[in-house]
Amino acid sequence: MKSRLMSRFTFRLFAAMCFGSLVPTAVPAASPKDVLIVANETGPNSLDIHGVGANRPSYGVAWLVYDRLITHGRKKLPDGTLSYDYSKIEPELAESWVVAKDGLSVTFKLRKNATFHDGTPVTAKDVKWSYDRALAMGGFPQFQMKAGSLEKPEQFEVVDEHTFRVSFPRRDKMSLPDMAVPVASIYNSTLAMKNATPDDPWAANWLKNNAAGGGAYKVESWKPGQEIVYARFDNWKSGPMPKVRRVIQREVPSAGNRRALLERGDIDMTYEMPPKDFQELSKAGGKLHVASVPVENAVWYVGMNVTKPPFDNVKVRQAVAYAIPYEQLMAGAFYGRAVKLWGGSGLRPGQPVWPTPHSYKTDLAQAKKLMQQAGHADGFETTLSYDLGQGTISEPVAILLQESLAKIGIKLVINKVPGANWRAAMLKKDMPLIVNRFGGWLNYPEYFFYWTYHGQNAVFNTMAYQNPELDRLVDAARFEADRKKYENQVRDFIEVAHKDVPRVPIAQPVMDVAMQKNVSGYTYWFHLQPDYRQIVKQ
Amino acid sequence: MIGLRTLSALPNLIGVLIITFLITRALPGDPAAFFAGAAGSQEAVEQIRAKLGLDKSLVEQFAYYVRDLARGDLGTALSTGRPVLDEILGRLPASLELTLSALMLATAIAIPLGVLAATRPGSWIDHMCRALTTAGVSLPTFFTGLLLAYIFYYRLGWAPAPIGRLDPYATPPATVTGFYLIDAALAGDLDVFIASARQLILPALTMALFVLAPLARMTRAAMLGVLSADFVRTARAYGLSRFTVLYRYAFRNALLPVVTTLGMVFSFLLGSNVLVEKVFAWPGIGSFAIESLMASDYAPIQGFVLTMGALYVLLNLAIDILYRIVDPRVEVSG
Repeated sequence: MKSRLMSRFTFRLFAAMCFGSLVPTAVPAASPKDVLIVANETGPNSLDIHGVGANRPSYGVAWLVYDRLITHGRKKLPDGTLSYDYSKIEPELAESWVVAKDGLSVTFKLRKNATFHDGTPVTAKDVKWSYDRALAMGGFPQFQMKAGSLEKPEQFEVVDEHTFRVSFPRRDKMSLPDMAVPVASIYNSTLAMKNATPDDPWAANWLKNNAAGGGAYKVESWKPGQEIVYARFDNWKSGPMPKVRRVIQREVPSAGNRRALLERGDIDMTYEMPPKDFQELSKAGGKLHVASVPVENAVWYVGMNVTKPPFDNVKVRQAVAYAIPYEQLMAGAFYGRAVKLWGGSGLRPGQPVWPTPHSYKTDLAQAKKLMQQAGHADGFETTLSYDLGQGTISEPVAILLQESLAKIGIKLVINKVPGANWRAAMLKKDMPLIVNRFGGWLNYPEYFFYWTYHGQNAVFNTMAYQNPELDRLVDAARFEADRKKYENQVRDFIEVAHKDVPRVPIAQPVMDVAMQKNVSGYTYWFHLQPDYRQIVKQ
Repeated sequence: MIGLRTLSALPNLIGVLIITFLITRALPGDPAAFFAGAAGSQEAVEQIRAKLGLDKSLVEQFAYYVRDLARGDLGTALSTGRPVLDEILGRLPASLELTLSALMLATAIAIPLGVLAATRPGSWIDHMCRALTTAGVSLPTFFTGLLLAYIFYYRLGWAPAPIGRLDPYATPPATVTGFYLIDAALAGDLDVFIASARQLILPALTMALFVLAPLARMTRAAMLGVLSADFVRTARAYGLSRFTVLYRYAFRNALLPVVTTLGMVFSFLLGSNVLVEKVFAWPGIGSFAIESLMASDYAPIQGFVLTMGALYVLLNLAIDILYRIVDPRVEVSG
């Protein structure tokens, strides 16, 4: 049998070679309408967002393969691109919920007909198990839960099979939105527990490689470092049935090749390309569609370490803020794919929103004057560091900065830090000057400031900035119930930050996604991962 | 004899083991800080450090590593979350398939080219050989790869999309050896065989171009040396046919340095794999090693170097055996 099979194979191979079908042809296979092919730089390294070291693409897995109790609505931006709506909370696994009068608890009613992928009905017990797990796993999931005052397992209560209550230690506007982030995914506890061991009570080892969700998509196959294939879960009850039946997400590390694949029609969608590529692809009359949405609560900035001279002097920091070649950076590093954060009307923002432009602009005369006042008329030498992993943008920024700061006497030595070392370097807080990017998931100014400017000195306060006045304002705004007072607190702390300028915001990054013209429905989400549930391919 | 030869490679492997262990620890990155993720407070980092066992002393860590290794456990890759052994076994065939195809392609082009160039020194074919090999060796592989992809895929559309071992719609053959070509042939699936052969063409050509130079130049030099030797003159004087002189006498004697070069070239190829795999989205061990290095992920780096060490040992053994076939006077011994 085998040998007959072999000889037939050899014969056909010979025939194929004779007739030249080994010579590649130029006709790309027409791709079916309900199959979406996506190529990206990196894929998920885990199917479990709670696990140690789960990377960003694995947030996307959690988003598709698991459901949350609630989610956000969508809105249309002025240019027609769709975005999630932060202010609108909508049902997902919970069909309804009631917030207690005192605001200290919320009771969810779960959908009675919802099941996990294996057919097990979803119950309040699963929800509690999942929330308990997020806290118990420690690290990032615990952290994210705490950001919404979800701190102790006692807060999560199974009322009956389909009723689940969460109590809060304090009124916190971030509590409800925090239950709509990927970390708050609902796991199939029955299935997970079957694979738990005494050493591993939360089935962390099993869930890393196996999904136990009830989301709109099932993991059909996953080859880490190569591809993940999703298949639609046809019994999904938590939202409108997705149009795309199957999604193939490949890893293609070379951005140039991803662009070629897209332009030749071999893939339907890609992102994570250099801004220059997006700029070229988005030119009017192109064959492709590029959706661009400013990334909420995210900022590219120049940070100065305020604990050591010369940047302990506010005049020097202001001098730097006046010597940054903003326009050049926007053209030469961001290729216009960012929102400018300089040249505003003043240091105190009109609207209580973040990111918001400050009023510094490139003014070398002013910068020189400030340097003189600071006693650094002759300038000084220092090191500018950046994360090599973000080199596509940071490198041109660093070079343009080096050139411009030299004009006011600041000589920069550029220090490229490999990605693996960057976080450790940030933790040490000994880099005098850096170019970096930070974004917060929850779209509140005080949330951003808590991580980046607050005296609690989190790793993202890369400047080691300490200011009790700013801390007081940020802490107060966090739990302020009065709208008016809150808005003034936000304006106040932004003003303090801009006057003291330990970091100079340069630009707000833009999330660009390039796709074929026949692909529509792309929606921007705060976690920046693609949501195939809303995609339609014509 | 071969067993003895293999045993003698053991100290090498032990050396590799110790050195990679120390080098990975000496890398400036901090895996705990890296994997603490977005919310990496100092406590979170310490928590993860303890979880990874990195808070223990180096000696202890090494003892655990050797103990696990003895059980065939290479540890877990944090960046992909799977056991290193599975990762390597799953990816090694992809790299080897590519490397061996490239080697065969390079040999098939370089040796005839070298022989022709040697028999007609100074002719146009000799110049072409020189030009081609110089170009091949002076262009970095990732550049050749991008260039070939640009011309043959993007511009001309002759080559398939550089998207890995198979196009997204095709299903890989049932795994027997992990070599798609062999597995597809075993399954009698011609379509997959052709599909994976097509995906192989560009990356294999990229790598082959890179090693054409040493192979062709060495063949040419060795052939020139042999062709001016006395026994060739004698053979010619006896009126043996040109073919017999060239292949039975001259080429066979020129083969020894060529085989040595082949071994060297093979190890070059294993190294240059890393970049070519990145360009063609080839899921081999090279790209895996790079990603692990970026994340200071110790276990896969150690596993990778150890695998490479073992491959080199096997390679040297194979070369030694080949020597004996080529020239029976060579003794293979410990």
